[in-house]
Amino acid sequence: MNISYSECSARERIALLLDEGSFHEWLPPSERVTSPHLAQLGVPSAFDDGVAIGRATLAGRPVFVAAQEGEFMGGGVGEVHGAKLVGLFRRALRERPDAVLLLAESGGVRLHEANAGLIAVSEVMRALLDLRAAGIPTIVLIGGANGCFGGMGIVARCADRIVMSDIGRLAMSGPEVIEASNGVDEFDSRDRALVWRTTGGKHRWLSGDCDLLVADELAAFRAAAIASLDAAAPVTLAGLEDEHQLLSERLHLLDAPVDGDEAIALWTRLGVPAPQRVPELDPGELTRP
Amino acid sequence: MDWNTLATTLFGPAHGIAQDGDLLHGGVRFDNATLTVIGTTNHAPIGVRLALAQARLVLDTIAQHPGRAILLLIDTQGQQLRRRDELLGINRAMAHLGMSIDLARRRGHRVLGLVYDQALSGGFITSGLIADACDALPEAEIRVMRIPAMARVTKLPEALLTELSQSNPVFAPGVANYVAMGGVRRLWRGDLPQALREALADAPTEDRRALDGRERGGRTMAADVIERVLAAP
Amino acid sequence: MSPGLEALDYHLAGKYPAGDFPAVLVGVVGSGNLEVLLEPATGSTECSVHVETSARGFGAIWSAVVEDFHRRHQLAGIRVSINDMGATPAVVSLRLDQAVAEIKR
Repeated sequence: MNISYSECSARERIALLLDEGSFHEWLPPSERVTSPHLAQLGVPSAFDDGVAIGRATLAGRPVFVAAQEGEFMGGGVGEVHGAKLVGLFRRALRERPDAVLLLAESGGVRLHEANAGLIAVSEVMRALLDLRAAGIPTIVLIGGANGCFGGMGIVARCADRIVMSDIGRLAMSGPEVIEASNGVDEFDSRDRALVWRTTGGKHRWLSGDCDLLVADELAAFRAAAIASLDAAAPVTLAGLEDEHQLLSERLHLLDAPVDGDEAIALWTRLGVPAPQRVPELDPGELTRP
Repeated sequence: MDWNTLATTLFGPAHGIAQDGDLLHGGVRFDNATLTVIGTTNHAPIGVRLALAQARLVLDTIAQHPGRAILLLIDTQGQQLRRRDELLGINRAMAHLGMSIDLARRRGHRVLGLVYDQALSGGFITSGLIADACDALPEAEIRVMRIPAMARVTKLPEALLTELSQSNPVFAPGVANYVAMGGVRRLWRGDLPQALREALADAPTEDRRALDGRERGGRTMAADVIERVLAAP
Repeated sequence: MSPGLEALDYHLAGKYPAGDFPAVLVGVVGSGNLEVLLEPATGSTECSVHVETSARGFGAIWSAVVEDFHRRHQLAGIRVSINDMGATPAVVSLRLDQAVAEIKR
């Protein structure tokens, strides 16, 4: 029986993805480490400020894990939420688990905490890069309905490995914000197919912005996480030069005028076989150049 | 302050910083050393192109000038809000800029950010906010999002957000708030070359911002929560 | 304008001691939803309920829901804490019962 990853809450994902009963939570809900900023706005807090963190095992191997709850404030990162993630990454530096799993579902900075949220996301980024430099892989799993956007979309790309489902989205600005700023012709946020061609898991996998593409199934995410446990990839100058070349070439792929849909044009120019069929294929049926 | 006035005040009229569209770049002499200056102007929107252009300059510094300090001059309206930039993975391009700066830091290049006009989150989070420290001119402003868009996304009334932006440090865009919260290290007043000199001399290599926020009273929970996680049974 | 949360508190005399158990959390604070944290209050004979809600002015409905819940279970020595974002009475009752079912697991 397949359990949908996207339909699970953050805590359900932890319970079902990690080895059964292995999760030990730090700063659990009963400790009530909550946001100091929400009540003044008339917004209820969450006992865990929208993220559960702790240690667990995955296929018997010690890992640390954080899971963002997308239903609470869109998974937005506030002062406390961000500090829980920073604390987890710093503890990982000290205790050296085999990997840190980040089950990301977030709109980025929690706007209700504005400045505090922005600084928090920045601190998360720095702490993740410290971990990466220490050779401890961070594996980001993206498969929730809210996607992984804003500052968290950048944090994800600082990690060693990203696993996405076709339901997941990874980007910077949400389509609604782009439409509100530059009009519906720039980005029709209600055109779901367009949104997913632009930011969804299939596109990100085809263009190389995520490492693994899986179906919307917990078991598939678990298997992908296990397969990623040894995927530490410290940042080097040579690696950044390769990355620079890749991104520059990709930028120029769209210099020549595009006739029709931009995503399909990009896939065509990337050498993806049968680009027109991408939206209808299952993740397992796609191939990338 | 206009970038050229700033550059002239810091480095003299022959500073050698060039402007290419919205990009600023140059190698400048300061206190018998050369600094790499990388920046933006015209409240630049940061898209894939401009993120990559800045990253290129950082990578060149790492490859060609070991130990050279980097000064980031920041004036941005945030990330470019275009579907094409999203399609091309602007989050990846920004992460690339951030990781380039982060590698420079680890390789012994001191990296300083200076917000000299304005900064909005996406244009700032992988430049100034990932430097060793980010300072600001007193008149600068830092925002997460403009109020009308924020009202739409949060469903909070614009009038409420406007009121909070005046009275509440979490929302107010003045850089003094960012100093109180630890996000900005200090403001440069008066003798700007001296401020730069001090900034280079005491650039931290670890992320002190949560500690600063607690010490200064603007962000009281972050450091406590980090410490609690480290100590949790 | 002054936004704010409404806080409500109830203390009911319990009958069946819940005993000691690990804290239980059900639900998520999303629109039309709530989270319920159930903790033991060993030594107390009460069922105490603390609610924080963004949907203000529904005190009478909360009283009815809480009393119904207590009539169903009559637990003593428990502390119920709720963060609510406008859930319907049916959803509130469901989460409360789910939480109690978790204790009994």
